[in-house]
Amino acid sequence: MAHPQVMVVGGGLAGLAATMKLAELGLDVGLMSLAPVKRSHSACAQGGINSVNDLTRQLGDAEWKHFDDTVYGGDFLQHQPPVKELADWAPKIIDLMDRLGVTFNRTPEGFRDQRRFGGTLYKRTAFAGATTGQQLLYALDEQVRRWEVGAKVTKFAGWDFLGPILDPNGRCRGCVAQNMVSMQIRAIPSDAVIVASGGCGAIFGRSTNSVACTGSVASRVFQAGGRYANGEFVQVHPTAIPGADKLRLISESARGEGGRIWVPRKPQDRRPPGAIPERERYYFLEDRYPTYGNLVPRDIATREIFNVCVKEGLSVEPERMCVYLDVSHLPRELLDRKLAGILEIYEKFQGVDPRRTAMKIFPAVHYSMGGLWCDYDRTAEGGLRVGSPRNQQTNVPGLFAIGECDYQFHGANRLGANSLVACIFSGLCVAPGVVTYVNNLPGGPAAEQPSSLYDQARQNHQADYDALLARPDDGPNPYRLHAELGRLMTRVATVIRHNRELEEAYGRVCELEEQARRASLADKGNWANQNVVFARALRDMFPLAKAVLRGALERDECRGAHYKPEFAPPDVDADDPAERRRQAETWCDRFEENNRKWLKSTVATLSADGEPEITYEPVDTSLTRPRPRLYGVVGGDVIEDVWRTRQARKASQSQP
Amino acid sequence: MSDQASSQPADPRPDHGTPPARSFRVRILRQDGPGQASYWERFRVEHEPDMNCISVLQKIAEKATTADGRKVAPVVWDCNCLEEVCGACTMVINGRVRHACTALVDQLLAAKPDEIELRPMTKFPVIRDLVVDRSRIFAALEKVKAWVPVDSYLHLGSGSRQSQENQQLAYLYSKCMSCGCCLEACPQFLKIEVPCQEGETPEEFKARQQETYDRAFMGAHAIAQVKLFNANPTGAMNAAERLDALVSEGGIQTCGNAQNCVKVCPKEIPLTTAIARAGRAATLHTLKKWFDR
Repeated sequence: MAHPQVMVVGGGLAGLAATMKLAELGLDVGLMSLAPVKRSHSACAQGGINSVNDLTRQLGDAEWKHFDDTVYGGDFLQHQPPVKELADWAPKIIDLMDRLGVTFNRTPEGFRDQRRFGGTLYKRTAFAGATTGQQLLYALDEQVRRWEVGAKVTKFAGWDFLGPILDPNGRCRGCVAQNMVSMQIRAIPSDAVIVASGGCGAIFGRSTNSVACTGSVASRVFQAGGRYANGEFVQVHPTAIPGADKLRLISESARGEGGRIWVPRKPQDRRPPGAIPERERYYFLEDRYPTYGNLVPRDIATREIFNVCVKEGLSVEPERMCVYLDVSHLPRELLDRKLAGILEIYEKFQGVDPRRTAMKIFPAVHYSMGGLWCDYDRTAEGGLRVGSPRNQQTNVPGLFAIGECDYQFHGANRLGANSLVACIFSGLCVAPGVVTYVNNLPGGPAAEQPSSLYDQARQNHQADYDALLARPDDGPNPYRLHAELGRLMTRVATVIRHNRELEEAYGRVCELEEQARRASLADKGNWANQNVVFARALRDMFPLAKAVLRGALERDECRGAHYKPEFAPPDVDADDPAERRRQAETWCDRFEENNRKWLKSTVATLSADGEPEITYEPVDTSLTRPRPRLYGVVGGDVIEDVWRTRQARKASQSQP
Repeated sequence: MSDQASSQPADPRPDHGTPPARSFRVRILRQDGPGQASYWERFRVEHEPDMNCISVLQKIAEKATTADGRKVAPVVWDCNCLEEVCGACTMVINGRVRHACTALVDQLLAAKPDEIELRPMTKFPVIRDLVVDRSRIFAALEKVKAWVPVDSYLHLGSGSRQSQENQQLAYLYSKCMSCGCCLEACPQFLKIEVPCQEGETPEEFKARQQETYDRAFMGAHAIAQVKLFNANPTGAMNAAERLDALVSEGGIQTCGNAQNCVKVCPKEIPLTTAIARAGRAATLHTLKKWFDR
């Protein structure tokens, strides 16, 4: 092929799913990635992939309930039609992955096994040990290799996406990229570009993300005019192991299989965890959330862990905050068959066998619910019109976004094991729409565009690269700037947020951004120069970091992962029943008022001077009405009761 | 998060004004580009808790200064996941092929105080410093057709039912990260460097490279993948194609049974068992073809 018809940027689950589906639909596809696609960050996903299944169905589950759990878990911030379509496709996606050879765990009778995950009461999660993401990634990698042999896919492994190429009408006609070995910069024409570049954990310094998750692709699209939505919604996973280079995830599946979170009731009890008797342990999640227990959604579990350490002073260690995640009571055979992958990670890095001793864990930045704004085409029934080019298309015509780098499916908080299904779904679902787009391309295909369009784009990026190499030696060190950015973002923009801190941090981030523009390179060579690739990625972290901070600053409420104590709902804690009822009424008034004000998507556009400008869009909640998100917290029943009474009254009033 | 957690100095990096409590030397075999001479360089790194070879290389990249105070270009290396599931950071550490992320500094120093030695894998062409070109690994996966050739991606129901035993066995092999440890340790797997020729298009170069790789030993990882896909109920329908690849030039007959591969595999994949089983299947396949002529 002279050039691909479609360029997919990113080779994780979403990018690979899109690539193989587009190839099947007959298009020539380019697949660009920083590393060989088999090494993508999807490999780090551990616990599993959600869908309704034959067993849960017989317990009363349905696609609708998967949809409902997802939007309730996301605090109703996501548009509902894409989520409904996702839940409807999910069982078929698992079937497909099974056919592609994914080694899903089996029941004794040979069916796919499932376990429970956070934010649901059903066992919806299919899994392959505790390396499900890796296994799904490999199955898709293998399919794409098959298409590569069949000459329908051309890989651009080891290429750094520098930016989309937009024609004078603002339509995307390809991209500019740099080979990270030869450092050659090329303008690559294509009729459409799909970005599937994953998350942006690097703006928080250390996180559970892989090194490649800098957010640079999303940022470069943002800087080229793409909108970035709900950036302030960043998932902090409750259970990770702190490390000098990375915070390593210990999957929610540890709790799905019966793992329990606790702290000693006596502060900083020095006895080994196994020697602390049951009655002296505080299982704070189980105590506070008897229905969901250790499997409350991640935003809630994280805040509870944080509070137990910070407010209640019950951290296991005095200097370093952590709580116990305990699987040592579970049968060894079960642990080895279902959780070996994560237990080995703990053992290798901590030198302690979690099959015998409780693990010490603490929350870590994990996932971006926000991402590039993209569209969808709704049917009258509330699903998606499959084959419509509007699905997953950003505001830049011809530029699509899928996977973690879009903002579509998870609202204010993502449920565990929903990311893998959303990545594969968005990849499969975008493909027919892209075919429609390519077949009805205004202004003709990329091959008919003037060559000056591509020459100019290439020259602009070449000039930028040359300027980077020519920077003087006396500037700041880019690695130290990155460390400071990460510490700052982690301190002010993760679990608990305060406006004063966010405001101050915004100013400091602007200073760091200015310094990053002057940062010196230690390597000025023109061969496999990782220094320049990093310095460029660092520069591009700032627009996203600013969008996160600005979005968080302006959103004066608590929703999902975004929590500001100043705007927390009022307490319902009176002992007197009448007073308690009154408090619950106030609580519900506040809830309704807050939704009128804040149930809307944050949409950031980058101004000419590099400042994110925030506007808001209404959220399509036409399928199920937002309701208080309590997860059966102890003492929350009175709120549930008041809410139900109100809904019943509204329903009877609306009757003729 | 742990930064916030400690509520104490969030920065784990030492204060550059005070002398480090303890430091250690790192010796790295460097090479500026393909075909160029390699050379050793020493760096001094301050010790911190929980360090692995990735954080060592991060510190070296940050300072870009040798132990004797010379400013140098930062060392270049491959990595991504940092938890040994992506297969990127394979290198030779203190003489042993392994992953930099799980090579913990305290353990390395306990075995060999004061110095850690890092060098690139020797069986693959060096691109620069510790980065090597491992495209040959993926070329072998193409050769043995390591995939399940499904009819389409439309909904056609689920895959076949499988016993727990079969799933557990397949899972052993499907964890292969294509990292190359088994190849580095293999006496029969020899380095091949295919330089790009002038005037050659990328497609022509790739075709020529693939052809060269196809004639040389595929290695234990590819043989194990044949075992994996031939055991899959759908994959088994095309078992003969994979066995043909296995007995072609550069196939299983090249294996010298040194059994080094299984000792270095970070995922403890039973590579020698796979080679024995695949070898038997390949022999039967060849005999059957011979009798069916």
